[in-house]
Amino acid sequence: MRVIISDQTKVQYRYPARAVGILGAVMVIVSIFLPWSYGQGALDDVGFTGAPSPLQMFVVILPVLVLVLLAIPLVGKQRLGKVAKVVAWNTSAKTASIATLVTVTIALAAIAIELKGLANVEIGGWLALIGAALAALATPFLPDSPEPTLERVKSPKWAQIVGIAVMMAAVLFAAAFALNQTDAGAFLTYLAFLVGVVLVLRQFGVMGWIGIAGANNNRVLVMSAFIVAFAFPFTQDGSDANMSIASQVLIFAAAALGLNIVVGLVGLLDLGYIAFLGAGAFTAAVLSESAFSTIDFHPPFIVTVLIAGAVSSLLGLLIGAPTLRVSGDYLAIVTLAFGEIFRITMNNLDGNDGPNVTNGSNGISGIPELNFFGFDFGEVHTILGVEIGRFANYYWLMLVVIALIIVVFMNLNYSRIGRGWVAIREDELAAEAMGVNTFALKLLAFAGGAFLAGVAGAVKAHHDVSVTPDQYVFLESAFLLAAVVLGGMGTVVGVLIGATILKLLPEKLRFFSDYRLLLFGLLMVIMMQFRPEGIIADERRQLEFHAEDEELAEEIEEELITHHAHLNPERKGFEL
Amino acid sequence: MLEVKDLVVAYGRVNAVKGITFEVGKGEIVTLLGTNGAGKSTTLRSISGLLKPVSGEIWFEGERLDGIAAHKVVERGIAQSPEGRRLFRQMTVEDNLKLGAYSRKDSSGVKSDMDRVYDLFPVLGERRTEAAGLFSGGEQQMLAIGRAMMSRPKLLMLDEPSMGLSPIMTQTIMRTIRELQADGVTILLVEQNAQAALSLADKGYVLEVGQIMFSDSGRNLLGDDRVRRTYLGAD
Repeated sequence: MRVIISDQTKVQYRYPARAVGILGAVMVIVSIFLPWSYGQGALDDVGFTGAPSPLQMFVVILPVLVLVLLAIPLVGKQRLGKVAKVVAWNTSAKTASIATLVTVTIALAAIAIELKGLANVEIGGWLALIGAALAALATPFLPDSPEPTLERVKSPKWAQIVGIAVMMAAVLFAAAFALNQTDAGAFLTYLAFLVGVVLVLRQFGVMGWIGIAGANNNRVLVMSAFIVAFAFPFTQDGSDANMSIASQVLIFAAAALGLNIVVGLVGLLDLGYIAFLGAGAFTAAVLSESAFSTIDFHPPFIVTVLIAGAVSSLLGLLIGAPTLRVSGDYLAIVTLAFGEIFRITMNNLDGNDGPNVTNGSNGISGIPELNFFGFDFGEVHTILGVEIGRFANYYWLMLVVIALIIVVFMNLNYSRIGRGWVAIREDELAAEAMGVNTFALKLLAFAGGAFLAGVAGAVKAHHDVSVTPDQYVFLESAFLLAAVVLGGMGTVVGVLIGATILKLLPEKLRFFSDYRLLLFGLLMVIMMQFRPEGIIADERRQLEFHAEDEELAEEIEEELITHHAHLNPERKGFEL
Repeated sequence: MLEVKDLVVAYGRVNAVKGITFEVGKGEIVTLLGTNGAGKSTTLRSISGLLKPVSGEIWFEGERLDGIAAHKVVERGIAQSPEGRRLFRQMTVEDNLKLGAYSRKDSSGVKSDMDRVYDLFPVLGERRTEAAGLFSGGEQQMLAIGRAMMSRPKLLMLDEPSMGLSPIMTQTIMRTIRELQADGVTILLVEQNAQAALSLADKGYVLEVGQIMFSDSGRNLLGDDRVRRTYLGAD
């Protein structure tokens, strides 16, 4: 359903629309100085007069954007000069006011749910809602802006680097604030605000510009991303709860990146990938100095990691050698079964049904903390006056692991091997006919992906302190696959984003946990409909999902040419 | 150069090729003619190792070829432009050509061969960073042939290169095949377009339901009544 307002109407109402929009924005801005709720138990307390809460300070950015975007063009095109023409004022003002309305609505709904009833919404809340609604109703009557062309404006290198730095700082700040929201309503409100700001910046043309700046300064971008990720624990002030989530996200992301090679690059559907993570974790647990370890061999962790990776990739070879000759659905079914076999085997290696390796369903607990050259991962260290807790230590370790995985992934992707992999994904038979040793390359991908999962699993064993078979169920494989598909198959950034979303959301929305699967199902359906290539699109994959459009355009073009060829001689005939 | 003896190939229990024998001499253009389902493509696929023959022998430059994996066949010097082109549609022209040269290790040689393909088909050179799927049918066929050339084959097998192309484009492709022969490449051509194929070929074999019915020089076959009736639409 889409209400279309004619261009004529838009030109006619452009002045009142702007005025009402500005009024609405001002109302929302004023509202944060008034109490939004009577009680104090909602949204971390938004009941004060004259003292906005931190959440309100964030939310108010949206109406301020509306105000600024609507007010600046009033200065006049001549005085604004060149800059005015390369950005989209009206369209982004429209997006901003709709985002304001959505955010305020979520906030009021949260107040109503958490304090049991809409009666708890006070004057400020209603003022915000009315203001946001006014702005959201008025701004669509503004004439549409042309597509922003900010990215084509030549900007000096220093400005690009500053832009990247500002964006990275904003990401760090936003992530830190998001993790600190313990209230689910506040988290959702904040999430709506964040999505809104990103959409507005995209409409305005800033995202396009950042994208170009990032592509021009690739190294700066990657380095600053790592610096930001590295600096993250310093923003948490020793909070173990948040760092625990962050380190779990990284472990999950590392496994997803490994799966990304198998699924994203080579196109092999692996539904039992979690087993490789489990194999690494169990190997590390058995080789650790835990009291429940069943083997009397305890090498240093650096050796354990390599053994864990090797055991996983050996399993990969074992399962891959017979099954990679088949493809498509068969492979998916075999790997699905393999994942289950792994879990059941780990359950049965308990001394009763088989040799005692894993203590059966009890698993191996009491896995000691890692210790690198006297640096104990279990202890709290104070660096630069900030307490760095246990989980922050593991977070940093995983950051190093992920950096290594990304370096390997990038080098493979643009190498001869990577080209062979993508060729297999696109057309296996043609790849074979070109001289690609498809079986060997598929096996390499399978074993390589398994190795990475094994390494991640080894860290996970120490991070979790205990390893049990029931952590490695099919659902986890499904989530890993969902992270890859959601983020964007074959990309690094996309998979990192996908992994973060899939791991962070359930942690923050605990009250939703019963509906978690339902929510993810819905998310996937929506995504397949509107953005099948994932949040970040692989440049090669883009064509797969939109090739039909191109083909259609081509067909029409060809038809037109033949049509003209038929028409032209006739026309000549008439002229004679 | 290439000898096929009593080749039998089956899909499951159905024999698609029922014991055919033919020969391709060095520097020749040899064509396999036949209607749909005659076993032409199956024959090519067995030569390139994508299908395993039930019985019979394939010899290339004095060595047994049957039973060898497809990627090793490419290393021996046989390249195939498969039926329906089968380009890597999401990859750029350049990546497609690089994949054609997958079995080669000499990067400077690959570079110069790539330039040669661009000389031969300037369209490809102009749009080398575009995805192959965005090209028209004729251009895709050029790319398929160029890709097969990139392994610097001694024997180039082309499976219906004229399929779906306009008469003008077919002429261009056929001219290119002639040029390749002049460069010393031996060519095994599978076609339904008998007129175009036979006017190029030194030798032709006519296949029907998995068997070779008869063979002769290209010129003689063009004049043969049976060929004219079946493939050229003459009464």
